Amino acid sequence: MVSHDILIVGGGLAGLAAALTSDPKLNVAVLSKVHPIRSHSVAAQGGINAALANNPNAKDDTWEKHAFDTIKGSDYLADQDAAELMCRLAIPTMYELDHWGVPFSRFPGGVIAQRPFGGAGYPRTCYAADRTGQVLLHTLYEQCVRKNVTIYDEIVVTNIVVRDGRCIGLVAYDLATGEIRPFAAKAVIFGTGGYGRIYKLSTNAYINFGSGIGMAYRAGIPLKDLEFVQFHPTALYGKNILITEAARGEGGYLVNNKGRRFMEDYAPTAMELAPRDIVARSITTEILKGNGFENAYVHLDLRHLGREKIEKRLPGIQEICINFSGIDPADTPIPIQPAQHYSMGGIDVDKNCASLVKGFYAAGECACVSVHGANRLGGNSLLDAIVFGKIAGVSASKFINEGGFSGSRDAEITAEAKTLNDQFESIRKRDKGHNVYQLLNDLKILMGDKAGIFRDGKQLQEGLDGLSRLKEASRDAYIYGSCTRFCQEFVTLIEFKYMTDLAETILLGGLKRTETRGSHFRTDFPKRDDDNWLKHTLASYSDKGPVLSYRTVNVDKYKPQERKY
Amino acid sequence: MSTKFKILRFDPPKDEQPHFQEYIHTPKPGDTMLEVLKEIRDEQDPSISFRYSCREAVCGSCALTINGTICLACKTQFEALKTDVVVIEPLPNLEIIKDLIVDFKPFWDAYNFIQPYLQPEGQAVPEKGHCVEEKDMEKVFQFITCILCGCCYAACPVATRDGRYIGPAALAKLYRFAIDPRDKRPWSALASVDNPTGVWGCDTVFRCNDVCPKDVRPADGIEGLRRKMIVDRTKHMFGRKK
Repeated sequence: MVSHDILIVGGGLAGLAAALTSDPKLNVAVLSKVHPIRSHSVAAQGGINAALANNPNAKDDTWEKHAFDTIKGSDYLADQDAAELMCRLAIPTMYELDHWGVPFSRFPGGVIAQRPFGGAGYPRTCYAADRTGQVLLHTLYEQCVRKNVTIYDEIVVTNIVVRDGRCIGLVAYDLATGEIRPFAAKAVIFGTGGYGRIYKLSTNAYINFGSGIGMAYRAGIPLKDLEFVQFHPTALYGKNILITEAARGEGGYLVNNKGRRFMEDYAPTAMELAPRDIVARSITTEILKGNGFENAYVHLDLRHLGREKIEKRLPGIQEICINFSGIDPADTPIPIQPAQHYSMGGIDVDKNCASLVKGFYAAGECACVSVHGANRLGGNSLLDAIVFGKIAGVSASKFINEGGFSGSRDAEITAEAKTLNDQFESIRKRDKGHNVYQLLNDLKILMGDKAGIFRDGKQLQEGLDGLSRLKEASRDAYIYGSCTRFCQEFVTLIEFKYMTDLAETILLGGLKRTETRGSHFRTDFPKRDDDNWLKHTLASYSDKGPVLSYRTVNVDKYKPQERKY
Repeated sequence: MSTKFKILRFDPPKDEQPHFQEYIHTPKPGDTMLEVLKEIRDEQDPSISFRYSCREAVCGSCALTINGTICLACKTQFEALKTDVVVIEPLPNLEIIKDLIVDFKPFWDAYNFIQPYLQPEGQAVPEKGHCVEEKDMEKVFQFITCILCGCCYAACPVATRDGRYIGPAALAKLYRFAIDPRDKRPWSALASVDNPTGVWGCDTVFRCNDVCPKDVRPADGIEGLRRKMIVDRTKHMFGRKK
């Protein structure tokens, strides 16, 4: 059996960062369902935040100010000590990334360039044109090559094996061979990303089903704040491809069908650079009021920036618009609408990325520390993934080096793999039932309709009812194709179970949270309610569905105040 | 419009030979070829295997041969093909693992060979980061848009002829580091590609530039390395550089 000290699941920024900080004396490997550089981190565009104070307009920026912006942006649901940790570490992390080879854009004088982003008091977003995620992911992968990190790609992890409160290994589907394989580990780190593709309209890669989050839930780890789902204000109409916030950071306007910059009605000071929850709601409100185009989208107008600036600072956006919409943003406004983009919630972990299962750690979008609270600021997700990915590598190494691991239990992992293999074999033998792609499509429509930008109690309850019908139907889902190797239908079937778990915790957490906070907007409870709801939702798995409990938010320096932008 | 799609199928060792399987499908307006493939798979035959991830031409997963042209499926509009028969095959120059999925091992071996990571002076991170002039950093931008999709490697006639040739993507990557002001690898580091399986293997027919979906122009990198080698060799000969 393949056995490692640390198994890292996910080859995106969080996973690779964890691999790079794990103790080099330990035997570390990364498992990923795609080659690491195909991970969704590659699609991040606009940048990564750190209070370097390089911008001439930000000479007095500090990490404390970055932390304050993050906390205020989170609608005060972020744990303040965690947000401070991330923002403090951001600064040395940027210099380290530069030293590793990230080709950050520069200001005159040779320092790392920084641009304005939404919800930030200072221009502090570092970038490489609008391909920041790509250069970060490629650079971390390059460093993994340098350090000779073992990588198993095209391996789809299906289960976490936990015995006596301790993670002892994993079971995975090997795409190339078609086998269900056991993997033993002393510690496991998940950097498995978000669940965007349980929504019909999502900016996420096709592979983002969030099954890692669901596996942790089934393994007994609570999910935190899953009702907080970020909708990005500007996704390309028709294709839902992300159009970076940097387009507004560089000066782009949002314009309705009356030709007005409507953000002045919603956020008169910050305008287009208000936080994402506010901008996404404003756009949706305009469309609902009949101020959209074709009742479906508004315009993101970049024309006044001029062709030269667009080609220099936003070449990726220009390329996307030309390829996928047939328009050049230097000549024509971009049709945009909000789409699901990011999960603030995730696997419940502490500042050390540790969970309540010994030897199991999580970082990045799949995890919830929480630094983003009820709404994440643009430029903070790449930062979260790298900073906490690095912490996870250190924590897992420490756990092993301090003797947290007690003896190999290979036989139990092998037995678990065999049990799962038998279950899968019985599914394969079914010759009729529901088509999993159809079920998935129904789930995506349901989540968009019932757990979208605007929510109310009735909708959320309808969502839960619809979901239980889908879960019932999925019991007899079957494999139509006869393939065993590279069988995407089989992967989808495995992941579907986890997707319904996530949908259920999003809907139930949202139904119970009778207030409006950040991305969770209840039309029947339109005000934030700090007296009753300044707390994290924790959803734990049980046979009868999620069991909810709550945990106090760590409020330190910054007392909650009304968010005005 | 109802269209015939001929998709190459091969599942070794079950199948002895690759064969084409035909599907009739009516794509939606604005569909990319990746969307078409997914529709055919989801609606007609879930056993078809192909790689994909981002669907926005940045992850490099879905490089294929469509009607004889090497391209990213996600970036190829169905309507732009202007044909009622579409032939979909895997990338050439790489072995088929299953259907449209090929083995990238030679591609990644070449990538690893050139030491694809920045080699700055010293181990310590400079306190305020490296100081790099804007115009110098921008020179590498042409090459960092490479998404390692393998289109150039698949299109390269030299790679077809000689499996030892490390190919355009790896060489362009090396050039990206060679011109990065922060990179201090010794000039002798380029010696490993100063030979016919490296930069001198290139036929300069520029198929790589033609097929690159990100307009990287990998051959510019190969040309750049050749120039650099000649200059460095000359300098070395006169003892100006170690």
